[in-house]
Amino acid sequence: MNMNNRLQISLSGITLANPIIPASGTYGFGDEFAELYDINCLGGISFKGTTREARYGNPLPRIAECGNYGMINAVGLQNPGVEHVIAHELPRLKSHYNGCIVANVSGFSVQDYVETCALLDKEPIDILEVNISCPNVHNGGMAFGTSPEAAAEVTAAVKAVTTKPVYMKLSPNVTDIVAIAKACEAAGADGLCLINTVLGMRIDIRRRRPVIANRYGGYSGAGIFPLALRMVNQVARATNLPIIGCGGVSSAEDVIEMMMAGATAVEIGAANLTNPMVAKEIIDRLPTLMDELKIDKLTDIIGIVNHE
Amino acid sequence: MKQRLFEIQSNEQIAKSVYRMQLCGDTAGILPGQFVNIRVQGQFLRRPISVCNITDGILTIIYKVVGVGTEAMSHLPIGTKLDILTVLGNGYDLTKAGDAPLLVGGGVGVPPMYMLARQLREMGKAVRVILGFNTKDEVFYEEEFRALGCDVTVTTVDGSHGVKGFVTNALDGQQSYYYTCGPLPMIKALLQAAGTNGEVSMEERMGCGFGACIGCTIQTTQGPKRVCKEGPVFPAEILIL
Repeated sequence: MNMNNRLQISLSGITLANPIIPASGTYGFGDEFAELYDINCLGGISFKGTTREARYGNPLPRIAECGNYGMINAVGLQNPGVEHVIAHELPRLKSHYNGCIVANVSGFSVQDYVETCALLDKEPIDILEVNISCPNVHNGGMAFGTSPEAAAEVTAAVKAVTTKPVYMKLSPNVTDIVAIAKACEAAGADGLCLINTVLGMRIDIRRRRPVIANRYGGYSGAGIFPLALRMVNQVARATNLPIIGCGGVSSAEDVIEMMMAGATAVEIGAANLTNPMVAKEIIDRLPTLMDELKIDKLTDIIGIVNHE
Repeated sequence: MKQRLFEIQSNEQIAKSVYRMQLCGDTAGILPGQFVNIRVQGQFLRRPISVCNITDGILTIIYKVVGVGTEAMSHLPIGTKLDILTVLGNGYDLTKAGDAPLLVGGGVGVPPMYMLARQLREMGKAVRVILGFNTKDEVFYEEEFRALGCDVTVTTVDGSHGVKGFVTNALDGQQSYYYTCGPLPMIKALLQAAGTNGEVSMEERMGCGFGACIGCTIQTTQGPKRVCKEGPVFPAEILIL
């Protein structure tokens, strides 16, 4: 079998050369990584989250090491706004990248999501990845993704203004991620992406204050992998939607675990920051690892631990 | 940006909590004012350290032990191979120097001034250098700058060595273009005293160090800029301090 076909997967009818997608916020629009390797090796790219208006984000310091296995960030969705992205960053990405483009969108009201997604609907992106870890300014700052009703409302509102596949990116900072996932499915989501970062904290004991100015931030990196894997598996067992698994992935072995748990594609996030070659290294290693594990095609193992 | 392996040739303490490490590897493309990002075993994020000098395939860095990563670095033996990202950041603009530039470094802001001073001297410039420290046992590289042919003044806050006071106490009112690197209070005082005819090497906590995560973005009068990518060197006039 052709080497390439062994890694091929499909999300909502879109074929990806492999399941590897750099996670939003860790890869910009690929420019920095393109200096090191040909980013066309990637199955997809989820670009830096965009919002209706330009944002500077949170005060510094807003990123820090979080022990030996992770980092914490409260960057706060700095981005130039969706119209700038459509006019500048997206065309530049399209000019040198031929794979699946995942457009990550955030918002602070349902209207924000609707307006941003309606604009992106007309653009050459392949999947809309809707980040509902954002606080709802109309609901006392509770994140949309913490309630099934709010998650469903955003899902339905976005689905109404686009024909692109809509993948809801779920927050792990919830009591029951399955309830959120099912609500998104019922509201018409085409797929799910999980997990976003886990709310965390570190304190600088010499300065006697939190390491980041925002006090709390999103913990990511290898330390969260078991949490992410557990949630991907729970959601895979409870819904019928394709899942993009994300959270602490830093090796080809982790990718296999995520897919066996139920993910069709796998995002790699924090690992890109510490080893900028990691996504390419994982893609290069997968065929050899698959030979060792007697995996013919990656599609053979999606959700395999869930098959009774 | 490049990712390369370097081998430690030396790693020795040169002042209180301050170490100089020399590494052998591919130094091509590295400019004064840039930094490198070092993978330290056991630590999650890389450690960004300014480039002190490059000569004949040897990279010299000077770092202060401020946390677990730099503490680990201070114990690394000769022969250790380190995974380092190089050619990071924008570097200094030597075309702006004029005939008699002023270099002002404070504490661990001193090292990046060295390669700059060396290149300015090679261009035939008359280089004045002010090095500011807290106290005598923190002073380093005074003789190294003098050996380049620079006019060097050292200041210590407690007066235990050189001129007593801050770097601003050593200014002589000349209207030179300046290059500076050091703690934020020093930078603010210098801009206040000497105006904005100069460029400043800024420092902020970084994530990736190469522009992808936008964790290190500062506000400027020209919009948000990444310290690791559009910086670390910025024209003094655009900074919002």
